[in-house]
Amino acid sequence: MIPELGHFALIVAFLLSVAQAVFGLGGAARRDGAWLAAAGSAVVGQFVFVALSFGALTWAFVERDFSVLYVATNSHSELPLFYRVAAVWGAHEGSLLLWSLCLAGWTLGVVAASRSLDAPFRGRVIGILGIISIGFQLFMLATSNPFTRLVPAAPEGLDLNPLLQDFALAVHPPILYLGYVGFAVAFAFACATLIEGRLDAAWARWTRPWTLAAWMFLTIGIALGSWWAYYELGWGGWWFWDPVENASFMPWLAGTALIHSLAVTEKRGLFKSWTLLLAVAAFSLSLLGTFLVRSGILISVHAFATDPARGAFILAFLGIVIGGALVLYAWRAPRLASSASFEPTSRESFLLLNNALLVAALSLILLGTLYPLFMDALELGKVTVGAPWFNLMFLVPMLPLLLLLGIGMHAAWKRGHLLTVRSRLWIAAGCAIAGALLIGALAYADLRPITTLGFALALWVMLSSLLMPLARLRARQPLPAAVVGMVVAHFGVGLATFGITGVQSFKVEKDFALAVGEAASIGGYDFRFSALRDVRGANFTGVEADILVSRDGEKVTMLQPQKRLYNSGGNPMTEAGIEVGPTRDLFAALGDNLGEGRWSVRLQYKPLIRYIWLGAILVAFGGLLAALDRRYRLPARARDAQTSAATAS
Amino acid sequence: MTPRRKRLLAVLAILAGVGIATALAMLAFRENLLYFYNPTQVLAGDAPGGRTFRIGGMVTQGSVQRTPGSLEVRFVVTDYRNSVPVRYEGLLPDLFREGQGVVAHGRIDASGEFVADEVLAKHDENYMPPEVAESLHAPTPMQVPE
Repeated sequence: MIPELGHFALIVAFLLSVAQAVFGLGGAARRDGAWLAAAGSAVVGQFVFVALSFGALTWAFVERDFSVLYVATNSHSELPLFYRVAAVWGAHEGSLLLWSLCLAGWTLGVVAASRSLDAPFRGRVIGILGIISIGFQLFMLATSNPFTRLVPAAPEGLDLNPLLQDFALAVHPPILYLGYVGFAVAFAFACATLIEGRLDAAWARWTRPWTLAAWMFLTIGIALGSWWAYYELGWGGWWFWDPVENASFMPWLAGTALIHSLAVTEKRGLFKSWTLLLAVAAFSLSLLGTFLVRSGILISVHAFATDPARGAFILAFLGIVIGGALVLYAWRAPRLASSASFEPTSRESFLLLNNALLVAALSLILLGTLYPLFMDALELGKVTVGAPWFNLMFLVPMLPLLLLLGIGMHAAWKRGHLLTVRSRLWIAAGCAIAGALLIGALAYADLRPITTLGFALALWVMLSSLLMPLARLRARQPLPAAVVGMVVAHFGVGLATFGITGVQSFKVEKDFALAVGEAASIGGYDFRFSALRDVRGANFTGVEADILVSRDGEKVTMLQPQKRLYNSGGNPMTEAGIEVGPTRDLFAALGDNLGEGRWSVRLQYKPLIRYIWLGAILVAFGGLLAALDRRYRLPARARDAQTSAATAS
Repeated sequence: MTPRRKRLLAVLAILAGVGIATALAMLAFRENLLYFYNPTQVLAGDAPGGRTFRIGGMVTQGSVQRTPGSLEVRFVVTDYRNSVPVRYEGLLPDLFREGQGVVAHGRIDASGEFVADEVLAKHDENYMPPEVAESLHAPTPMQVPE
């Protein structure tokens, strides 16, 4: 009964999405207040019914209702409660429902926070978000209904993929989706602006916190995915340039370009049509990511769903939304010409370069991700683009980006001089180079040019970020949350660069065949395989190894990797043993019994790897601080006064 | 400099940058493309000698042989028409199993054995790599409970 109610709630939500789109766009066109008010109510109703539907599916999982096909395929009676709930979005149908719930939530947020907006504009935003809701809900109802019954009911579920029975992966999809879907808000704002054909500073100010919030979620989501791949896939890598990873990274790059471009649009009224195009691009890439992951066209370790009919639907939807937005853009954007000048070393120029480099990186990744699909579609052979290519190509735009980041942050709007901080920037650059040489020589006895360059750029970005608030405090200028957020995020970029340089330059990964009592050493650490025992968990059995790690004869830690066999059957699972440290991670994964008492063991030494995720957390936190800036919450009149004051200064 | 000339210079600089970047990217691209072949194509000599590529198929039942006590493992990859022996040294992925789909990355040595430096098995037990499914002309198995 409950699953049927869930299905019914989804149908009602779909109808309310249609009402939301019709009343929103129609009301704006007819300047009809009653219609516009109805659109707002439809949003509330849509959210309630999507939430009910989501609740019904969650109930089916919690109650182990194996008469629902989706539950039977993705759950098991022995699965702990936490993972039964997480299993709701463990596969295709449920993750779409989660997508829809996120979108309904963001839309509700927009409705609640946008009362001061011009009513027809607000109606258009709501209407466009409604169109996106329609697409996803129709997709579920037509091809991917999570409430389909299984007759007769299965006596037992097939179990959630054991890889997904993990905390990070349980929370990864909701956060990633909040990011993906959040760009829908910027997209809807951009489309509504294009329909109206005018764009002012208020528009940019409205879009900024929403974009920052979505971007923050996406940052955390990507970092969680990377962290999960590191410890759960058992390979110890933190980024594989897998198409699914690229699918989430491309909207992130577009979103990063967008938040920088929005700053120029708000402060100086420049880059208007470019900003709109980026807003369209960020969400289009989110949709493309969903399509790549969910249609099963990818050859990927992550792609769980495989069904061409679904692919055709998403492709058509993608065509309508992206194509429609681009047509609208081509038609209307020329009206939004901006005319203002700026000097080559002004903040605007640096942000322009930032955008050019980010878009270059994005294009390269897009090429590497889609090229194999085109080759395949044209029957020119089955290819993949190797990770070395991505690694090399990503560096090309990133090195100048990091260098310019440190300077651009201090550049003034419009004017072309950096006099106030020039001498301090030279000192920071000198310290960065000296620091990089010292770290390379003392800690790693290695001064390869690329490693030294990486460390130097990382230190440069961090030092330059710290100069910013110090200079402001010294000049007794105010330090608003937006500036602190920018500093924290840029410092995080430097920190992540530091970690990436360290781990990519000095990591050691090696497989060994070890018997109990034998030892191997990598990265200056000795790993002794000291014991092996059987273990038993809630829904698995397995073996656990004791691997005693020592350095110069002194015990450092005990790693306890496991090999698990879940009771629901299927393949064994590797649980790595990891010792976390500020200077390095030590990592051991247990492989197979090789005979003669030996086991295959993968040992890894990962210097500085934690700083990658710590940096990502700082980047996200910076985004949060900036999104919460007071400026975005001031009443309209005070804001206008402030803006005119800011422009005058 | 007039604003017009400045703009022209900026546009030219951007075009030159994009052009150089594209040329470099395409050059590196060709080096890093990994082609996929099934055993029949490999035996027909389609696969490049001396270059790394990917081979895929099903692991033949009963073909997995370990050298006891060492990391070395040999198995046979088949597309049910032809087979290629594979040698690998290292940890096999969790989902590696006889009778399951596998993709290996490496190169053919002089004796016709495929020396793999990486072995991938898909992270879904009922799932066959798309290339494998296609090269076997078999539909991908559905995930429906028995």
